[in-house]
Formats: sequence, C-alpha cells, structure tokens
Amino acid sequence: MKKIIKYVMADILRNRIVLVYLLFLLVASFSVFSLEDNSSKGLLSLLNIILLIVPLISIIFSTIYVYNSAEFIELLVSQPLKRKSIWISLFIGLAGSLSIAFFIGVGIPVLLYEANMVGFLMIGVGILLSIIFVAIAMLAAVKTRDKAKGIGMAILLWVYFSILFDGLVLFLLFQFADYPLEKAMVGVSALNPIDLSRILILLQLDVSAMMGYTGAIFKDFFGTTTGMLISLLVLLTWVSLPVWLSVRNFNRKDL
Amino acid sequence: MKYLLFIFSLCVLVTNLQATTRQVGKNKEYATVTAAVKAASTGDTVLVFAGLYREKNLVIAKKIVLKGTGYPVLDGEKKYEVISVKTDGVVVEGFRIIHSGVSSIEDMGGIKIYDSRDVVIRNNILEDTFFGIYVQYGKHCIIENNRITAYAQEEQQSGNGIHCWKSDSLQIIGNTISGQRDGIYFEFVTNSVIWRNNSFRNIRYGLHFMFSHNDAYIFNHFTHNGAGVAVMYSHGVKMYSNVFEENWGDAAYGLLLKEISDSYIDGNTFVKNTSGIYMEGASRIHMQKNQFQNNGWGMKIQASCMDIEVTKNNFISNTFDVGTNGSLVLNTFNSNYWDKYDGYDLNKDKVGDVPYRPVSMYSMIVEKNPPAMLLFRSFITTLLDKTEKVLPSLTPEGLKDSRPQMKRLF
Repeated sequence: MKKIIKYVMADILRNRIVLVYLLFLLVASFSVFSLEDNSSKGLLSLLNIILLIVPLISIIFSTIYVYNSAEFIELLVSQPLKRKSIWISLFIGLAGSLSIAFFIGVGIPVLLYEANMVGFLMIGVGILLSIIFVAIAMLAAVKTRDKAKGIGMAILLWVYFSILFDGLVLFLLFQFADYPLEKAMVGVSALNPIDLSRILILLQLDVSAMMGYTGAIFKDFFGTTTGMLISLLVLLTWVSLPVWLSVRNFNRKDL
Repeated sequence: MKYLLFIFSLCVLVTNLQATTRQVGKNKEYATVTAAVKAASTGDTVLVFAGLYREKNLVIAKKIVLKGTGYPVLDGEKKYEVISVKTDGVVVEGFRIIHSGVSSIEDMGGIKIYDSRDVVIRNNILEDTFFGIYVQYGKHCIIENNRITAYAQEEQQSGNGIHCWKSDSLQIIGNTISGQRDGIYFEFVTNSVIWRNNSFRNIRYGLHFMFSHNDAYIFNHFTHNGAGVAVMYSHGVKMYSNVFEENWGDAAYGLLLKEISDSYIDGNTFVKNTSGIYMEGASRIHMQKNQFQNNGWGMKIQASCMDIEVTKNNFISNTFDVGTNGSLVLNTFNSNYWDKYDGYDLNKDKVGDVPYRPVSMYSMIVEKNPPAMLLFRSFITTLLDKTEKVLPSLTPEGLKDSRPQMKRLF
C-alpha cells in the first residue's frame, strides 16, 4: 500500500500540474497579502480563493487523474492486491499531494502574515476542502465509465456546491420567509462543505456583522468548542462517506 | 474718612463670611455627620475624616460644604438613600458612598438633589448604589469627577449612574460610570453639557436622552454597553468628538437616534459596533467628519428619516457601509471616503468620477430576510452585488454619494 501511495505521488509530481497549482497559490497568497493594506482584508480575499479555486482544482484534477490511470489500476488489480487498498492508496496519494500543495502554497504565506487562530483555521479548512473534493471526484469517476461524462459530472458538482446550492438556499429563504428559519439554516449549512467552511472562518473574521440575531445563533453553535467539533465531524463525514461509497463501488465494478 | 469706611465695610463683610469648620471623626468634635450637619450654620464646612459612618438618610437642608478627607465611607446599609441635598449651593466632595437602598417605589440615589441650584457633587466614589447621583429639578449643578460602579444584573433591578430629571444648565464632567442600567440618563433636561465622561459595561445604554433639548455631549467614551447610546425625542442636540466602541448585539447600536431633529454629529468615532448609527424618524441632522470603522453596519438609515446630510466622513472596513429598509431617500451623502469605492478619477481632483452606492444588494436582502446571513460573502451574493451595481433594481436609486473621495479624509 505504501508503495502504491509513493508511486502515485511521484507520478503526480512528475506531471507538473500540481506544481503549477502550488506556484499559483503561492503567488496569489503573497500578492493578496502585499497588496491589501491590512492583512485581515488579505485573509478575506484569500478566503475567496480557498472556497472557489481549491475545490475546483481538486475535483477536476482528481477526476482526470483517475481516468488517465485506468490502465495502471487494471494492472494493479491483476496483482495479488486487495481492491480496497488499491483504491484507498490512490485516494491518499491524490489527497496527500493536493493537501501538501495547498499547505505550501497558502499555508506558508498565511503563517508568515497572519499566524493566529483565523489563519490556522483557514489552513485546516483548506486542507479538509482539498481532501473532500478529491473524495467526491473519485466517487464521480468510479460511478461513470465514460470519461467525458465523468469530468462533466465533476464540473457540475463543483458548480452545484459553489454556486447553485447558495442560490437554492436563497430561493428557499425567500419562499419560507414567514417561518423562523435561523436554526434550520445551521442544519442546512452542513449539507455543503464549502458553506460550512465559510461560516466557520467568517465567525472568526467579521465578528461585528455576525453579531445580529442570526449571527448570534450561528455563533452559539459554531463559535463554541462543541460546535467546532461537530462541524469538524461533519467535514470528516464529507470525506469518509464518498470514500466509503466509492470503495464499495470499486469493489463491485467490472473493470 | 473714606478709607475708614472701606475698612469698616471690609470688617463687616469678613465677619459675615466667617465660616467655621466642623470636624467629624474619631476623637473629633463630632462623632457623626448628622450631628455636625445639625450644628452647622449656613456657609460652614463639615469636614469628615476617614472612617465608616452609618448615617441612615443624611439630609442637607443648609448651604454647607460637606467634605471628606481620605474618602470616609457613608454606608446606606441597603436601606436608605445616603445623601439628600435639599437646598441651593451645597457642595459634596470626597466621599465613598456604598450600598444605597433599592426600591421599586422610590428612586433612591447615592446622592440625590431635590429642587436645588448651584449644587456641586465632586470627587466621590459611589459603589453598589441603586441610582448613583440623582438630580431632580436641579439648575446650574455641577457633577464632576465621580466614580460610579454598580454590579447590576438585570434591567429592572438597577438604577442609572447619573440620572437627571426636569433640570436645566447642568454640567456633567469627567465621571466614570459602569455596571448601572443607563450610565447617564437625561429626561426633560435642557441646556446642559456632558463632557469627558467614561461610561462602560452598563446593562442598557451608556447615555440615554429623552425629551432633552439643546444639550451637548462632547469627548465622552462609550464602550461595551448593552445597547450603546440612545438619543430620543429631542432636538438641538450636539454630539461632538465622542467615541462609541464595541456595542455588540442584535439590538445594539453605537448611537441610536429616534425622532431627533436639528442636531449635529461631528468628529465622532464609531468602532466595532453591530451598527454604528441607527436612525429612525430623524430629520435635519448634520453629520460631518465622523469615522466609521469595523462596524457590522456603518450606518442604518430607515426610510423615515429626512434631510440628513452626511458629509466628509470616513467609512473604513465596515461589513456594510449603509443599510436602509425602503426605496425612499430624502437624505444627501456627499464627499465621504468609502474604502469599498472602486471607481476612478481621471482628472485627478481626488474626487471619484462615478457616484458610489453605499447600499449593497445583499445588505437589502439581509435586512428583509435575516437568515440570509448564512450566505454572507459567498460567491452568489458577490455576483448579485455586482449585477445590482450595474443595474440597480432593489437598492434605492437615490442613495448615492456623487462626490466620493479617493483618499481617506483624516
């Protein structure tokens, strides 16, 4: 298993896309921090990068990588190896390399400019988002045999999580404006890892605006240690559930 | 002869003015303050030395100077009003007044002034009093450098730090007030000044104005109050160079204006409040050179306000600069600096060429539907804000600053 992880990581590094991704993150983070006059504003701009770019790159790169290594996977399956361990190693290799790229690209500038609670939270959330979207990509890739369809599905999933979901929430909010939705909204936010991450970070950043009634409810939940732990648990579920489903699918798949 | 007459008249004056000092304390002339006050005649000084005095309710009905050295303690035993001043020209100075009575029928104060003028209350420390200093029908009174601390838990069970009712020409200077219901409370008080006070951690408002016209408050500091500062149903109020800081909560404002007219708000600083200023039914107000920084909403102007002139203010790092609840705008914004302004300045006159619209689409959505706060800073709301900027539909068309400044003003 270790050998497969090592091989996957080496392969990813060799095709240089992840290196370009790392460089892009590094340049973007440093320029964001040096352009903005106060560094907490820099964090906000960075938040947008984390919430949009990181899931996009993670999901598309992983999907394409899984399709492109179809032959390699077939070769591995013919060896006396468990299918589960092959798939998990592939996942760990992908998630590991993307997380490392994120950590170097965003983590180091953040640690240099804003080494505080918000900074650490941001790095943690970014790494988790990378892993979550690798997991979702692998589920999408194992579900469809057709490459074009699989990549299309990955892109649609990204669009759904970053844009459509929020639009849907806004629509529902206005449809049910007469009902007290504050508490329900806390639950709804768990349905989208991007939203959950955003709220977690914003509660640390824009304190004054979030102090309104709704903000107070969010703060009561997400601001406490239990709330933080629950959100972390939800984010981890977003990793484990797709991975578990994709492993099950891969085990039964006729290659 | 003329010379002699002058000396004679001087002698008469001196004997007339001759006042005795009556000392109160252990091994002194008087053992209790009440006895000394009883013996004193107009113009005397009652000098109280350090110690603990349980005087029940000390009534001062003569024009005397009541002075403490080394902060003698007057204990109200949680039953009595500690000092009641009932005549003109009394000076109360240098006491530590603790544990006044608490009553829901009477307004018991640490020091209460009844129907008097020219009273001076200076350099006292008040701790755990129901109302701290209470002025009722006072005129030309000075309340200076007192430190008032209470430990109130609930609004109903606590009084105000400095409570003034139906008074005129008061001077409230340099007091420090915390832990009361309202720090300073004005009701039907006119022509008064509140200067250099520090009011913090009060349960309700740091400063509360009701029906008090033509007053000024200058260089005061209001922090961490339950709901900030409220100015209601008054006209001719001048608010200069005050600091409103960290008033947090859904019903908390740096400054709440309700039914205010003909007033001036100049040179104030609003930092880290949920809303810097909240205005309702306000009219003819000039706002200049104020600083709004790191607030949730810099300013909330309800559609019921009119003729409010907002000029030359700085709006920096607020989540929302301006919020409103309707499309009717009868106010003018001019020459302010907005850090969110992204226009250009081709002729380099330091004034932006495109008007700035401080009300964002998303702030209107949140105003209508508070749970939408969930989508705060998400991609979709940014998208909505951008389209709204190009084609305003939901945000009020008239709410704009036509001369936004390119550089921070001060």
